[in-house]
Amino acid sequence: MKILVIEDEIDLQQSIKESLVKEDYLVETASDYHSAIEKVFVYQYDCILLDIMLPHGSGLDILDELKQAGKTENIIIISARNSLDDKLKGLELGADDYLTKPFHLAELNARVKAVLRRKNLAGENGIAFKNTRLDISERLFFVNGQNISLNRKEFDILYYFLLNKKRLVTKTGLAEHVWGDNSDQADNLDFVYYQIKNLRKKLQDAQAEIEIESVYGIGYKLMEK
Amino acid sequence: MKLLNQSLKYLSISILGIVTVWSVVFYMNMLNEIKSSIDEGLENYKRLIIQNAQVDATILTKTYFDESFFTLRKIAAEEALNMRDSYIDTEIYMQDADDQAPEPEPVRMLTTAFEYNGQYYELKVANSMVEEDDLINELFWDVVWLYILLIAGIMVVNNIVLKKLWKPFYDFLKELKNYRLGSTQKLPETNTQTREFLDLQQAVNTLLQHSLAAFEQQKEFIGNASHELQTPLAMVTNKLELLLESSDLKQAEAEKIAAIFQIIERLVLLNQSLLLLSKIDNKQFFDNQQVSINEVVQQNRLELEELATFKALNITVTESEVLKVTIDPTLADILVANLLKNALFHNIKNGRVNISLSKDSLRLCNTGVSQPLESEKLFSRFHKTDSRSSGTGLGLSIVKAIADLYGFTIAYHFEKGEHVFEVKFSSL
Repeated sequence: MKILVIEDEIDLQQSIKESLVKEDYLVETASDYHSAIEKVFVYQYDCILLDIMLPHGSGLDILDELKQAGKTENIIIISARNSLDDKLKGLELGADDYLTKPFHLAELNARVKAVLRRKNLAGENGIAFKNTRLDISERLFFVNGQNISLNRKEFDILYYFLLNKKRLVTKTGLAEHVWGDNSDQADNLDFVYYQIKNLRKKLQDAQAEIEIESVYGIGYKLMEK
Repeated sequence: MKLLNQSLKYLSISILGIVTVWSVVFYMNMLNEIKSSIDEGLENYKRLIIQNAQVDATILTKTYFDESFFTLRKIAAEEALNMRDSYIDTEIYMQDADDQAPEPEPVRMLTTAFEYNGQYYELKVANSMVEEDDLINELFWDVVWLYILLIAGIMVVNNIVLKKLWKPFYDFLKELKNYRLGSTQKLPETNTQTREFLDLQQAVNTLLQHSLAAFEQQKEFIGNASHELQTPLAMVTNKLELLLESSDLKQAEAEKIAAIFQIIERLVLLNQSLLLLSKIDNKQFFDNQQVSINEVVQQNRLELEELATFKALNITVTESEVLKVTIDPTLADILVANLLKNALFHNIKNGRVNISLSKDSLRLCNTGVSQPLESEKLFSRFHKTDSRSSGTGLGLSIVKAIADLYGFTIAYHFEKGEHVFEVKFSSL
């Protein structure tokens, strides 16, 4: 899978690249309008991460040109502008998703995978890891082929972890993704902890070969045993 | 007070002054005119008497006033020579048609002296005069009627003419009131030929165009500021995330980085809240539509249900009526969510939250600390009741900003051990 990261801030570009490389993607980068246009029209990408504010031009213009050339790449806009106008304009011009800076790398991963799955894995709707499998369309979870009942939030959490196998998932990132909530109230994080505790117990009881590890008190990692 | 009534107020005061001064002057003049005309008559009368005395000497013995209204008295030559003609106002007992008995009536009296056959006489001639109090009375009522007529006339003129003249102004004002920076496309204008109103329209529109430009600039600035701040924040967050993922960290170092990471996350949240707040303040949300607050409440309650179960809180919703409000849906959601979260987070174990909806208000009662909160500081920015709390202290300020934007009122009070927040949606 080939991904192009169009972002003018080199530090951010490199972090995104590093994170995506860990997921075994082939990552290329562009840091201004002209080099982005060149790469976009010369090569074929599975997914393009596109910043709106670029030197020498706007990311929205790139979208427009892609649309006019009839190229149907998967595009995720990553922008600091969470203005609704931009969002609507971007989606209208054919972007598949819109992510506001700052974002968690785990969230970016989840979005990229969602976009790729929509394109490539149209029929297949599951994620497997060791002896477990998550059926996304039916919202079911299996360990050794046995259905394990999960409540709504537990399912969402596990899904998020499976999209970010062996990667750091922060508590706040998790809360934001699962509850759509960006308040870092202590209660909220306690609640995350409580849900994780239940989930761990269910995984252990079902003898799953995966487990949720704590990472320095700020988050978790889904690892194989 | 309306302009119409104000002009009427000043006009009636000044007309009252003018009419009062005028009536005093008029009265004086009239009285003088009357007196001088009577005096001329008296002078004539005097001459006739002196002439008649030459013919009929009996006249000279008339020493009291009778029907002929004069008296004669012998006086010394010395006295007579010192005497000058003098007119005085005095009173004489008289009886007229409406009097029961003779009573003093005002008269004008001429006192003079003449010489007849070497003998000097003092002559007093009198003539009845207008009664001044009658005159004043009469005049007073005339003036009162004049005043009333004048005011009534002015009121009619004001109402018809001024209303017509000011109509373009009121039309313009109405348009201006409905004007919303950034959402109303057309600048307010009025159909008039009056120069003042045209000037006003031009001045207002110039001002509006400036504001519009500033508004656009500010919007752009907020966009840029958000970009400038959020991008470095994104860089730091993502770098720290990658750092924390690397396996060759020592536990102690990792914990320090984790602590920094948490601080950055707070910064991110703070920045997001401030951006939201400034967007509300700049009235950048105006996709107003009919929103059922009941639905928003139910949806938010569902979202937070698991958290409530976790905190062992009992949430009840009392819906007596459907509450429909014209508001931007995003803001409606933020308003309800922030209030509800506030009620959940600042609660106690096994506490209660009651949400009640009426036709025009949303009321949340929750258990919590047993003392009332400082209601005047509650909605101010960065105010936190609990310094240990990791919240931004902006949640209720955002609620307040939304309420202010739409003219809703939000109030807090402490009642029977419960904290009560009430939003009244009847816009002012």
